Amino acid sequence: MSTPQPPMPQAAPPAWQAAPGTPHPTYTSPIPVVRTHLGHAIASEWTKIRSVRSTMWTLGVFLLLVVGIGLTAGALVAGSASASDMGDDTALSLGFFGLLLGSMCIITLGVLTTASEYGTGMIRTTATACPSRLRVLLAKSIVFFSVAFVVTLAAAAFVGVAQVGMIDQARTPTAGEWMKGVVGVSFYIAMLGLLSLLIGSIVRHSAGAITIMIAAVLAPLVIALFMFAQSMEKLRTALFEYSIPNQLSVFYSNSLGESGPSGWDPVWIIVGVTAMAFAGAWALLEQRDV
Amino acid sequence: MIELEGLTKRYGDKVAVDSLSFSVRPGLITGFLGPNGAGKSTTMRMILGLDHPTAGDVRIDGRHYDRLKDPLKYIGALLDAKAVHGGRSAYNHLLCLAQSNGIPNQRVAEVLDTVGLTAVARKKAKGFSLGMGQRLGIAGALLGDPRILMFDEPVNGLDPEGIHWIRNLMKSLAAQGRTVFVSSHLMSEMALTADHLVVIGQGRLLADTSMADFIHRNSRSYVQIRTPQRERMLDLLHDAGVTVVEAGTGALEVDGGKAEQLGELAARNQIVLHELSPQQASLEEAFMQLTAESVEYHAHTDSPQPEPAQPHPWGDDWQKER
Repeated sequence: MSTPQPPMPQAAPPAWQAAPGTPHPTYTSPIPVVRTHLGHAIASEWTKIRSVRSTMWTLGVFLLLVVGIGLTAGALVAGSASASDMGDDTALSLGFFGLLLGSMCIITLGVLTTASEYGTGMIRTTATACPSRLRVLLAKSIVFFSVAFVVTLAAAAFVGVAQVGMIDQARTPTAGEWMKGVVGVSFYIAMLGLLSLLIGSIVRHSAGAITIMIAAVLAPLVIALFMFAQSMEKLRTALFEYSIPNQLSVFYSNSLGESGPSGWDPVWIIVGVTAMAFAGAWALLEQRDV
Repeated sequence: MIELEGLTKRYGDKVAVDSLSFSVRPGLITGFLGPNGAGKSTTMRMILGLDHPTAGDVRIDGRHYDRLKDPLKYIGALLDAKAVHGGRSAYNHLLCLAQSNGIPNQRVAEVLDTVGLTAVARKKAKGFSLGMGQRLGIAGALLGDPRILMFDEPVNGLDPEGIHWIRNLMKSLAAQGRTVFVSSHLMSEMALTADHLVVIGQGRLLADTSMADFIHRNSRSYVQIRTPQRERMLDLLHDAGVTVVEAGTGALEVDGGKAEQLGELAARNQIVLHELSPQQASLEEAFMQLTAESVEYHAHTDSPQPEPAQPHPWGDDWQKER
């Protein structure tokens, strides 16, 4: 006599078995959908730039250099100058030394803004959150340029006012000279930083990009110093006159040469070069895999 | 819903992903399985528009990734936990992501709470352990409360508690009707979590099947027999109408056989048995068989097999690309 087999309990069909054919209720999020624009990317980049310590470090050192060297130079000249010592220059021109050294900090910060994302891998997160490469590059450029310009302007203005106040032997600067020697030079330095940011995006390597930028600032001047041959005279002059330190000094109307850039020329030069670098960086971003 | 159509990626003459076509459906956890270097991560990067496909197409809910205006609300991805600036705090990292997609700021605190990082929200990400980094990456994926979630090897380097947490998280996400696409190189892990299975090897699609089908087809049970009287045993089994597989090691394998019956059969005919053992082929073995030809980096155990010369494993090229 055989006992009847107990009926096997039929396992409830798992969810996936219902899947083919039956449409699944797809999840709907309570978070409202927003059409994002450049403003969102700018807010994001502002959070990024203010939330890393390298920003505080580079800008802190920048302020230290510009203000420290500016005040030291002012004090030196004020303590020993006779009326003829400054010649035809205004006291503003003493701001040059601090800004030349300080530009290294702005260059470093510019490079880090883009290149550090490649170093850390953050760029993949950034590109996932914002698929438009142009929007990311624009947002980074706008945020960085604004920060660099405002900080440089504040430092240059403070140093300018202090120097003019300290040195009463020198000629009082005109409104136009204030404009060039404070606003113009700050714009130039911030543009130099923006160029560094774009080079960082092209090279995608912090140390490499910083080296390229510092070489671009210093190499032409140093190379020109050692060009003794007569036949190279023209090249030597051009290197001197278009070197970045000399372009900086044009803002204080004391260029190394007579034929090179003058007036507001350095601004147009750096704007042109930066625009080309922006186009290059954008094209590469669109073309390359992240 | 993620749809891939003939998706292909070449690096030089090395094919990383070879015309992949499949779709990832909502409400399920789809496991994306393949040995190391099979092209899983490359495929995921192409889904996110990070890498440009050489050929083919991939769409998220019918749209290309770069057409999504607020992508984090459509698809959240954990690619690798390292995609974070170490100097930034967890809170600020998530905040900048939220801002770029117009996600309300209070979502940041919510997802930090979900992944259990609230206590270290203001700490720098570089001090995080592997598991904490993974949680931060998942927080980023959940930030936009997206319909599609994609995780690349999420359990790598996690402790058992963390693995358990991720499994449950994925299951609850899929149960809410979301699309969950998760990659792994461990079959055992997938068997526990995935409802559907996509297997690739050397960039080619090897299987696109439900997990149940895969288990049903691949978990064969058999009895392994070893005997010095091999020929006689074979004849006997043949006469009894039992199909036998001769394993390469000299053992006989009887599919679906009962060890008791086979033992009695041998005893009746006075055959000496050295081994009579019921065996169960694991899913891991089935997976290894499936991908055997496509495994790129073989470990040499016994007789060295002549391998195709590969001066440049594709990983090298990939590194150069960066």
